[in-house]
Amino acid sequence: MNHGTALLWKRRALSSLSATRRGLPKEKMTENGMMSRAKVLTIDTINPTVKKVEYAVRGPIVQRAVELERELSQGMKKPFAEVIKANIGDAHAMGQQPITFFRQVLALCSYPELLSDNTFPEDAKSRACRILQSCGGHSMGAYSASQGIDSVREDVARYIERRDGGVPCDPDDIYLTTGASDGIVTMLKLLVCGEGVSRTGVMISIPQYPLYSAALAELGAVQINYYLNEEKCWSLDIPELQRALDEARQYCNPRALCIINPGNPTGQVQSRKCIEDVIRFAAKERLFLMADEVYQDNVYADGCQFHSFKKVLFEMGPEYSDTVELASFHSTSKCYMGECGFRGGYMELINMDDEVKAQLTKLVSVRLCPPVPGQALMDLVVNPPQPGEPSYDNFIKERTATLSALAEKAKLTEQVLNTVQGISCNPVQGAMYSFPRITIPEKAVKEATEKGQQPDMFYCMKMLEETGICLVPGSGFGQKDGTYHFRMTILPPSDKLKILLDKVKEFHQKFTQQYS
Amino acid sequence: EMSVLQEISQNVKSIKQLDYAVLARRANQIQKELSQGVRKPYKELIDLCWGDPHSMDVKPLTFVRQVLAACVYPELMSSHKLPLDVRQRAQWLLGRCDGGSVGSYLAPTGIPEIVQRMSESIRRRDGGVPCNPDNIFISPGSQWSLTVTSLLLTYLNNEAPLRTGILTPVPCHVTTIMSIKSLGAAVIPYFLSEEHGWALQVEELQRALESAKGGCNPVALYVINPGNPAGYVQSRKSIQEVIQFASEKRLFLLADEVYQDCVYGKNSEFVSYKRVLAEMGPPFSDTVEVASFHSVSKGFMGECGLRGGYVELVNLDPNVVKYIFNLICKDSTTPVLAHFAMDLMMNPPRPGDPSYPLYNQLMLCGAPVVTLGYIKNMLVKNVKTAHEVVNSLPGFSCQPVEGGAFVLPRVFLPPRAIQKAKEEGMQPDTFYCMRLLEEMGVLVSPGCEYGQKEGTYHIRFCIMASQDIIDEVLKRLTTFHTKFMKDFS
Repeated sequence: MNHGTALLWKRRALSSLSATRRGLPKEKMTENGMMSRAKVLTIDTINPTVKKVEYAVRGPIVQRAVELERELSQGMKKPFAEVIKANIGDAHAMGQQPITFFRQVLALCSYPELLSDNTFPEDAKSRACRILQSCGGHSMGAYSASQGIDSVREDVARYIERRDGGVPCDPDDIYLTTGASDGIVTMLKLLVCGEGVSRTGVMISIPQYPLYSAALAELGAVQINYYLNEEKCWSLDIPELQRALDEARQYCNPRALCIINPGNPTGQVQSRKCIEDVIRFAAKERLFLMADEVYQDNVYADGCQFHSFKKVLFEMGPEYSDTVELASFHSTSKCYMGECGFRGGYMELINMDDEVKAQLTKLVSVRLCPPVPGQALMDLVVNPPQPGEPSYDNFIKERTATLSALAEKAKLTEQVLNTVQGISCNPVQGAMYSFPRITIPEKAVKEATEKGQQPDMFYCMKMLEETGICLVPGSGFGQKDGTYHFRMTILPPSDKLKILLDKVKEFHQKFTQQYS
Repeated sequence: EMSVLQEISQNVKSIKQLDYAVLARRANQIQKELSQGVRKPYKELIDLCWGDPHSMDVKPLTFVRQVLAACVYPELMSSHKLPLDVRQRAQWLLGRCDGGSVGSYLAPTGIPEIVQRMSESIRRRDGGVPCNPDNIFISPGSQWSLTVTSLLLTYLNNEAPLRTGILTPVPCHVTTIMSIKSLGAAVIPYFLSEEHGWALQVEELQRALESAKGGCNPVALYVINPGNPAGYVQSRKSIQEVIQFASEKRLFLLADEVYQDCVYGKNSEFVSYKRVLAEMGPPFSDTVEVASFHSVSKGFMGECGLRGGYVELVNLDPNVVKYIFNLICKDSTTPVLAHFAMDLMMNPPRPGDPSYPLYNQLMLCGAPVVTLGYIKNMLVKNVKTAHEVVNSLPGFSCQPVEGGAFVLPRVFLPPRAIQKAKEEGMQPDTFYCMRLLEEMGVLVSPGCEYGQKEGTYHIRFCIMASQDIIDEVLKRLTTFHTKFMKDFS
């Protein structure tokens, strides 16, 4: 009921990883002839759910990529000059520049002596002072409240109100998190319970961002897959949601529905109507909605627009806005900031029961507090320079440049990939990835299966070895049986991206020919 | 209509609400009243409940902050406002980041060159005992490390006949208990011996283990050295005894060593579990499994807000280590700046480096610079003063504070005070703390929060604060305590 082909791949991959997996002896003789005790932690005694945790984005293919990088740096000859990690949504790693204003404020916060330095603009200084004032001892090194710095939560609430055209937001409903992933995992920790057929089930889209499946595996929750419709540009089908839910009700207790919009890996931006339909579905079936909206500024295609779940919910009137329970997640890692390394994020909880909120507050206090620099950065993201302020013009310039470059690259990717016979790429409407469908010849499928590899993993591994380009095979995200995909980021600089796409094209043609 | 979420995880529900919450609520009210101008016998509230040095006016180390600022805003490196080796260090660190930016993702196991240096630093610390960087896993703080390690050990309720049990000390700081409970594991308490300076006694470990029979499945023993809340530093002999016990009883050792840099006692020395284990030789050194935790939050850096730490795994089955990698992979929650702070903590400027005086000296005349020597000196003074003052007050008895961040004196509450506490529905030491808060504006934690022997009462407060704050708190405490004891005699 869980991962189907993905699970098969996992099992096989693991058996190829561990050589001595079979039956570790309970005791063994040491050199001096003494019997040594068996370990407390062995493959057989560790928590079984831990064994099910996989994370394709950093899986075996990335490990191989790192090895190749090492070999290159040691002077080994390869058919390529560098390894391109187009597997992970890491903008700065691919050369995207940080927003100057943000870094200036954070530097001032790190070392406040710089406040006397007149090379820093006045608005950066006043921001830094405001942030430091909210920190214990005026230092980012002090713990903050577990829920996050009060003034930052207030600023986040105001940002959400502005974004959603005035729909009210209570700062008490805002929890700052260590990246969006932390918020998502925390919510899942909160709601996964029950045993056997009443074990919590969580609906996730296929293809999905593997954090969800990994977290569900770790928590021992039941993963309920609903398929996005590739023919309709990866849109969400209510009948498909219904099918998945009805089937799941036979063996678990479905309680939550996760949706990523704009989508990862698929890049689709859901229409307003679709969001309304999902809300109606969640209301009817009494599901908790988890809306991962970290790519909310990454919308490129004409005719597409980001609609926040919360805004749509409130515009549907009190019948829904008073009852549907919703969590919305955002982060500093994507959009135009790309500040993955700061681990900044927040979640907004809508219509959450007070008692449940109290439990959540207790749960987050166990990990003390989110990183303070990340909180400070989140504050700047929701409270950027305003017209008239010294840093405004440059800020707008930088932000526009980054977002328009991404839009160009999204288009370029779709265009080039669609010129390749055997590759079919849906428009990259938003987010940071392309997820094209690839045709893999029968002979290659056979060879892959013999090797114990998923065919698209086999394909991607070959591509890595021959071109140095590291992608993530579609099997890591889930896909319809018999279909194959890969996920490639649109992040490399435009000129490099063009070369990469040409290399991918070349490789695909060669591969297809080789296995025809 | 019932909320969808009403039904929540039992593990979360089992996390106890802190007594501190009651005190904190009242403290918030008082804070509000003070800011509204309400007259009180004191001008400001002082909260010494948390091990949070920066919020208590202990300044960050200048060298550290200069390096971090330069990493965040590399334009600073081209000017000469920052010393040369600050710039060099920042350059080296940034050069290890993808794209040369602190905004890129950190590899889940950390930057290899930094982890390599960390392992070398650990080896130096342990007098040459080898340290394999592959066994070091970085984390956003020690509690997270503990949680992940414990996760490996904990079975879901329906997978094993008995819940996993972890031996934990009494007293024990709260977040550890919460971490263990949040995973659905059971806490098996073992009492430290207050009369013997909070010593860990093997007979007590034995008793605790026996008591767990049939109730849960003991798999691990959690120790914290130097201690929290009790400020002991374990002797080599004591550590050996614990290792022997763990070996005999097949227990996984969870060694929380976050206060390893905070040792004040003249006759005390921190020695790591790993080092003692290695020195004990086979079979122990080959077989006893240890997880050692450290963090940038404590020590003299006190960078709690950065969220950085690591766990070193000793003698773990390599196949198990692979699963740990998978577990942490999906999280990738350590911020880059925190990882840099680890490098700065474990690889500070050394004698001969241009930044050495900047980093280490006792004082730098005239310059607004905070050095390691300055902070160390201040904390040693604080410990001495606090210990002396508290022990001079009748009704208080405080064991030597050899290390850590807190003082945990025993309060001998008069029966009338205990009675009054019962009437008000509070634990006696919570009652004492509440009174101290109301009358003197000082917030400290009650011993009941951490566990204590039946019929004994304690308070805990942090000494990682500026000298002024500690002096002020001790003054107020003295006044309050004298009056309290008189009123309830």
